Amino acid sequence: MPTVGKSVTRRHAVEMAMGRALYVDDLQMPGMWHGAVVRTSIPHGRVRRVELSQSFDWNRVVLADARDIPGRNCVAMIEDDLPLIVHDVVKHVGEAVMLIAAPTRDLALEARRHVKVEYEEWEPVLTLEDSKAARIKIRGEDNVVARYEMHKGDAAKGFASADKVVEGTYTMGHQEHIYIEPQGMIAALRDDGVFSVVGSLQCPYYVSKALSIIMSMPEDRISVRQALIGGAFGGKEDYPSVIAGYCAVLARKCQRPVKIVYDRDEDIEVSTKRHPAIVRHRTGVRKDGTLVAMDIDFELDAGAYVTLSPVVLSRGFIHSAGPYRCDNVSARCCAYATNTAPNGAFRGFGAPQGLFPIEVHMDRIAEAVGISPLEIRRRNLLRDGDATVTGQVLRGSVGASAVLEAVAKRSRFEKRRKELAKSRRKNICKGLGISLFHHGSGFTGSGEAVLKGKAGLRLDADGRIAVLTACTEMGQGSHTVLPQIAADHLGVDLSCVTIETPDTALVPNSGPTVASRTTMVMGVVLGKCASQLKERLFAFAAKRFDADAGRLSFKGENLMSGKKTLMPVSGLVKAYLAEKGALTIIDHYELPPGIHWNDKTFNGDAYPVYAWGCNAAEVEVDLDTFEVHVSKIWTASEMGRAVNPLLAEGQVEGGTVQALGWALMERLVMKDGHVRSNRLQTYIIPTALDAPEMETILLELPFEYGPMGAKGLGELPMDGGAPAIANAIAHATGIRICDLPITPERLYEACKP
Amino acid sequence: MQTVIKRLKINDVEREIDATPEMRLLDLLRSQLKLTGTKEGCGEGECGACSMLLNGEVIDSCLMLVGQLKDGDEILTVEGLGDVDHLSPLQECFVHEGGAQCGICTPGMLMAAHALLRKNPRPTREEIATAISGNLCRCTGYVKIIDAIEKASQASKAGKVRKGKG
Repeated sequence: MPTVGKSVTRRHAVEMAMGRALYVDDLQMPGMWHGAVVRTSIPHGRVRRVELSQSFDWNRVVLADARDIPGRNCVAMIEDDLPLIVHDVVKHVGEAVMLIAAPTRDLALEARRHVKVEYEEWEPVLTLEDSKAARIKIRGEDNVVARYEMHKGDAAKGFASADKVVEGTYTMGHQEHIYIEPQGMIAALRDDGVFSVVGSLQCPYYVSKALSIIMSMPEDRISVRQALIGGAFGGKEDYPSVIAGYCAVLARKCQRPVKIVYDRDEDIEVSTKRHPAIVRHRTGVRKDGTLVAMDIDFELDAGAYVTLSPVVLSRGFIHSAGPYRCDNVSARCCAYATNTAPNGAFRGFGAPQGLFPIEVHMDRIAEAVGISPLEIRRRNLLRDGDATVTGQVLRGSVGASAVLEAVAKRSRFEKRRKELAKSRRKNICKGLGISLFHHGSGFTGSGEAVLKGKAGLRLDADGRIAVLTACTEMGQGSHTVLPQIAADHLGVDLSCVTIETPDTALVPNSGPTVASRTTMVMGVVLGKCASQLKERLFAFAAKRFDADAGRLSFKGENLMSGKKTLMPVSGLVKAYLAEKGALTIIDHYELPPGIHWNDKTFNGDAYPVYAWGCNAAEVEVDLDTFEVHVSKIWTASEMGRAVNPLLAEGQVEGGTVQALGWALMERLVMKDGHVRSNRLQTYIIPTALDAPEMETILLELPFEYGPMGAKGLGELPMDGGAPAIANAIAHATGIRICDLPITPERLYEACKP
Repeated sequence: MQTVIKRLKINDVEREIDATPEMRLLDLLRSQLKLTGTKEGCGEGECGACSMLLNGEVIDSCLMLVGQLKDGDEILTVEGLGDVDHLSPLQECFVHEGGAQCGICTPGMLMAAHALLRKNPRPTREEIATAISGNLCRCTGYVKIIDAIEKASQASKAGKVRKGKG
């Protein structure tokens, strides 16, 4: 019986419900000390002096600064510009100046209060606009972190043929991940000389690579292990390398395991966030609503260091033209440096910043030509055989029309809009808005081809077959879904398969757990491994049972020859191990045939395939308080194959509510480079009372090169909520807000006569 | 600071604890008694990850100090809800309805839901949402958590819980 397509129970769910699931802060090690970080309190300048107060007994703690880094003082990502510990120039508030380890956390924090840092202060660059103006230069001559262009057809000609030109500017603020478990890590130098790290991290091999440079140790002397992760959403993609660096430097200095778990305010102040963005659209359209020309400027605030910004920029840029066909496009994008904490990966990785503007803009285009929001999308959406903005010709598994029609039907879109427009009473008005969106599965461009992500299958002494992958489980369900896929590839019952903990000492480098890539990429590799493993096991069994290997198969928990049961799978595994010894099969990912991408021209197949989504949001706006209540959201998500429908629904619902938070309430307030909304009292995320009723529709148009047809799903749900809600508010009030978040204050300002 | 001795009933077991009065109840349980099922998400009573029951009422244990406790106080944490062989119906429903994703809010959610169902065995979805509105979840969008609590309320009346699918 195949297990793919079944809602099998989440791995670890029982332990979670019993309070037995262990996260990094639940782990103890003998002799473990606790770390704290002394941080910069100015956004731009240089450290003049670090002064230790005389009133504290410094013998009780261990201190470390940049001089205690045995290797290079840099956290390696795309560029090597991010220092682990500042020793001179300060580029944002919250950088590490000194590290402290103490037997208790309280003592480490007390010591921190006795350190004073003196600075030479320089004028900072705090906003994207200021950085672009480049009056103050903090990176090169123009503050540019990365810049790309993209051209298709002839935009000038397209505009010349347009009946109307619609323009708009859209802005979006920071968004903080607010994983409920803050960042945390433990590092220990083991007796065998191996540096062992365990923590809340999405990408074990990122941490391993970064530590190898910081500690000047080969990667095979570093083992990085995932503890259970209490939410990540991209926030634990690159940042864990920083906190692991702190722990490792301290652990080496004090010769003990060192744990650092951030307080919530520290986490909000220093960890990465969604990039603020400014996007300008100029679109030429014919009377009938056909898009004939697009001109797009897409800009991001990268923060103080490069980190992942060039890649976030490229994904956001590619998604900024929306899921629409337009033959003539001229588009530019740029990420600028500011003296704020680096912005990084957050579910969607730039795509939400690309899709919010175009999806609000499409409603304005619809208004300009006098057709409905549904109809404008219907007329322009990408269909099988169409070319995307990068010139990628879509072949198969194109779900744009299917998701749009599903949501239109279930929400009774056109009819419901009319009903709601009439339903206004007193100061409550209601509206319905829609959004259509897509999300590329896997890395952008040639990323997967370069990385060749590995996965494996291993025979275990308990008779089971273990999935080996560095892709982590962080609540998204990968460690439930990957064994399901492996079991079906092998043809065995799910009980025959298990999955190894992501630990660089035990699993191959699968690449990071990001980019909606895990199910699709790892699923394909596990398929290759399963074929090879079956071949080896069947050859062994054929000899042992004097049977024809061609007639052997697995069925449920058994090895079969034709219809005859030979032995349990577990018995076969044990027999193989006993006679032949250990067996691990490892293989790697290769892009489907015919995928070509040009990094320089931004032309070609940007992704192996896209997943597709449509949201409709119904809102009530109170014109006395300007509060917006989202009463219902319909979502349709086309993901090729829902490997585990219950988990897939959970992904969709959770991502949609994160998008609701970004749309309406999540406002990161910064003043003079300091985060002011650094608490959950001031940075507000949705509660159960803010979450709307949801109707979740999963659609499947199998992808030829995905495991059992599956594509990526993880980020798609973050992409469409904000524009659907903004469009619903415009429908309800007649006021079009183009800036996120749409707080009551912002709506009030816009509605003021 | 000098320690105080208190006799508390923790998960139905009488225990004598010896701690400084300014120690947070959360730290008493996690560090001293090694009951790490209760989590810390913010340390200021906003996220509800540290929710537990004190004499039947939901509290944020990060805001409760040992000095505020009285002899005989009864504390219930996630570890007291069921055992390995017998998950409580509520726990079963969280497992099978998709109520836990990353799992870090789950213990606090369970305690808030447990307190609700004790007082109101058949709550509406709105009443459930209100009861867990002090518990933040960033993964689920709350739909499946509310599903799980609703299912548990129906199951406890019927006296049984649907078995898992796999």
